[in-house]
Amino acid sequence: MTETELLMWVRGPVLQVATVIFLLGVLVRILEILVLGRKANLAEARGSAVAGGLRTIVSRSFPDSGTLRRSTFNVVAGYVFHTGFFIVLLLFAPHILLFRDVFGFGWPALPTQIIDAITIVTIITLLAVLVHRMTHKVMRYLSRFQDYLVWLVTILPLITGYLAFHRIGLTPTMLIAIHIISVELLMVVFPFTKLMHAFTLFMARYYNGAIAGYKGVNS
Amino acid sequence: MSNEKTLGEVLRQQGITRRGFLKFCAATASLMALPPAMVPRIAAALENARRPSVIWLSFQECTGCTESLTRSHSPTIEGLIFNAISLDYHHTLQAAAGTHAELAREKAMEENYGNYILVVDGSIPTGNMGFSTIAGISNREMLEEVAKGAAAIVSVGSCAAFGGIPHASPNPTGAVAVTDIIKDKPIINVPGCPPIPVVISGVLAHFLTFGSIPELDALGRPLAFYGKSIHDRCYRRPFYDKGLFAETFDDEGAKLGWCLYKLGCKGPTTYNACATTKWNEGTSFPIESGHPCLGCSEPDFWDGGGFYKAISMPTGDIARTAVYAIGAGAAAGVALGAVNRARKARAVKAHQKVTIDDLEKDS
Amino acid sequence: MNDAGSTELRVKAGEQLTFNVEPLLHEIRHGLKRLLETAAATIIDLRSIPLAPGEEERIISELGTGEVQARMSALGPSEIRETRFPGVWLVTHYNSDNEVIGKFIEVCDIPQILKAQAEDIRDGLAQLTARLA
Repeated sequence: MTETELLMWVRGPVLQVATVIFLLGVLVRILEILVLGRKANLAEARGSAVAGGLRTIVSRSFPDSGTLRRSTFNVVAGYVFHTGFFIVLLLFAPHILLFRDVFGFGWPALPTQIIDAITIVTIITLLAVLVHRMTHKVMRYLSRFQDYLVWLVTILPLITGYLAFHRIGLTPTMLIAIHIISVELLMVVFPFTKLMHAFTLFMARYYNGAIAGYKGVNS
Repeated sequence: MSNEKTLGEVLRQQGITRRGFLKFCAATASLMALPPAMVPRIAAALENARRPSVIWLSFQECTGCTESLTRSHSPTIEGLIFNAISLDYHHTLQAAAGTHAELAREKAMEENYGNYILVVDGSIPTGNMGFSTIAGISNREMLEEVAKGAAAIVSVGSCAAFGGIPHASPNPTGAVAVTDIIKDKPIINVPGCPPIPVVISGVLAHFLTFGSIPELDALGRPLAFYGKSIHDRCYRRPFYDKGLFAETFDDEGAKLGWCLYKLGCKGPTTYNACATTKWNEGTSFPIESGHPCLGCSEPDFWDGGGFYKAISMPTGDIARTAVYAIGAGAAAGVALGAVNRARKARAVKAHQKVTIDDLEKDS
Repeated sequence: MNDAGSTELRVKAGEQLTFNVEPLLHEIRHGLKRLLETAAATIIDLRSIPLAPGEEERIISELGTGEVQARMSALGPSEIRETRFPGVWLVTHYNSDNEVIGKFIEVCDIPQILKAQAEDIRDGLAQLTARLA
C-alpha cells in the first residue's frame, strides 16, 4: 500500500468505523446510566434539585482550598493539560476546517505559533502527569493498565500532531496518516474506558448537586 | 552524432565568445540552484565536457513534458544544453520515422554503448503489450533493450517517474513507472505534470558539468529541485501561520492573496521547485495565480482525494455516518438500559446483596 | 471588480510581505564590508530566494541607479548597472527573446563578465594581425 493509499484509507473507511464506535459507544453508556435512573426520594423537597444540580456543575470546576493544598500537582497539572488540549483541538485552523467540513460551521482560530507553544506545554504536562503517577506511592498503588492506556491514547495525538505540523521524521503524507490514526485510536478506546468522564462528569456533578439541592443544602 | 569535440569547442565553433560562455555558465549555475561562487568551476567543467549521446523514448504520455522543455525559445540555456547534448533519438521531435529512425537509434546505442543517457517520458503499460508501441515494438521491450547500454536513466514527468495519470485508479492499462521495470541502472526521477523546464535542463546540465548523477532523495528526485516542499518556500506561508485562509476562489481573502490550504492546496506534502524557480522563466506558479497546488510531483496525486479538498479532510460523508451512529446508539442505549432495569428489578425481588466483587468490577 | 481596485489590493498584499528585503540588504552590507577588507566579491542569485510578487521590484528600487550602466550583447542582451551604492551591481541576463535567464546582485569592484576575457583577446589579436598582414 502506498502512502497516499494509506492516507485515503485512514481518512475514509477507518474514520467512518471510528466515528460509529465512538458515537454509538458514548450514547449507549450515557443512556444506560440515565435509563437506570435513581431511586425516588420520598421526602419533601426542601429546595430545588435542578438549581442545585446546575450550580454544582459549574462550582465543581473551582477546586476547594483543601483539595488544592493536598493535591496541588494533580489539580494544577490537570487544569493545564485539559485547557491546553482543548485549545489545541478547537482553536487550531486545520482542526476548525475539519469541524466545518463535518458540522457545516466553524469559528475563528488562534495563530499557529501560539497553538504550537501550547502543544509543547501540554505534552510536557502530560509527561509530568505520567511521572507523578509512577512515582507517587498512592497513585502507583491505585493505577491499573487502563490508566496507562488512557494516558497513551491522549498524548499520542498531541505528539503525532506536533510532528505532522513540523514535518519531522517521515514524509508529510505518512505523518498526517499517523496523526489521524492516533485520533481514531482515541475515539475507539474512548467509550470503553474512564475517558467517558468527559461526559459523565457533568452527570455526576448534577446528581450530587441535585441530591443536595433537594435537601436544601449546599453541595 | 560526433561526440569527439568538447562542449567548449562546440560553443566556440558556433561563434560564442568566452564572455558569452561565462554568461551561459552563470545562467546554468542559477538553473541548477548552485551558488554563483561555483561559476568558475562550472566553466572549467563545461569547457572540457564531452557531449553525451541522449536517447529520448516517449511511451504512454501526453507529450506535455516534451512540450514543456521545448517551450523554451532558443537560444536560451535550455536550447544551448540541447546543443550541448547530442539528441540522437526523439521520436516526437525528429523528422524521420519508421525503420530508418529505429536504425538510427540502434546505431547511436551501439556507438555509445554504456555511455548514453536514456530519457524516458510516459508510463509503461504492462496489461497488454499492444497498448502502446513504437514501430511495432512494445514500450516495455524497447525500454528494457535500450536501458541495457545506458549509463543512466532520467524519468521525465510524473508518468515515467511514478506512473502518472495512466496509473490512476483503476489503471486500465496496468501502467507502471520506469523504476518498476528497470532495477539495475541509476534512475533519476524528475516528476511534475509537467516538470518545470529548467529542472529538466538542470539535471542534464548537472550531468554535463559533473559527469555524475545529482544527489537524490528517497523517491529518486534531485534534491537540488525537490528538496524543499512548496509549503516551506511559499510566499503565502505567513498567512497560513497567522490562520488567514481564502474560503472561496473570489472572496476577500483570495483577493488579498491569503493561504489556499482550505481550498485543497497540497503544498505541505509536495516537494518541487515551483515556489522559488516558478514557471515561464520565473513569471509565476499556481499558488501565486490563486490556484491551490495539485501536488503533481508526488506519487498518486490523482488519487489523493480531490484537488479541492485538503489532505487532512475526511473523504466520506462523516456527518451522515454520525447521525446514523447517534440514532443507533440512542436505540441501543435505551434498549440496554431497559434490560439493566429489568435485571435490577429481578435482583431486588430476589433480595440479592451487593458484594465486594460488584464494587471491584472494572468500569 | 474594477482594475484600479484589484491593483490596489495587490500592492497591499506586497507591502505586507517584505520579509526578504531587509535581510537581503543586510547581506549586501556585509558583502561591501568584506569587499573593503579582503577584496573578495559576493554574488547573490536573486532567483534562488523566494520572493512575493512586488518584493523583487522593491529590492531593485531600494538599490536605485548609480553612475554606470552597461549593455552587453552576448547570447542575447545583458544589463549591468551599478546601483546607488558603489560596488553593488545589478546584473540581468536576457536571452534573445528578452526573457530573463539570470538575475544577480554582485558586490565587487567590477563584475567579471564586463572584463575582456583572455581567449577573446587572443582571438581579436589574431583577427587584427590578419587584417594588418
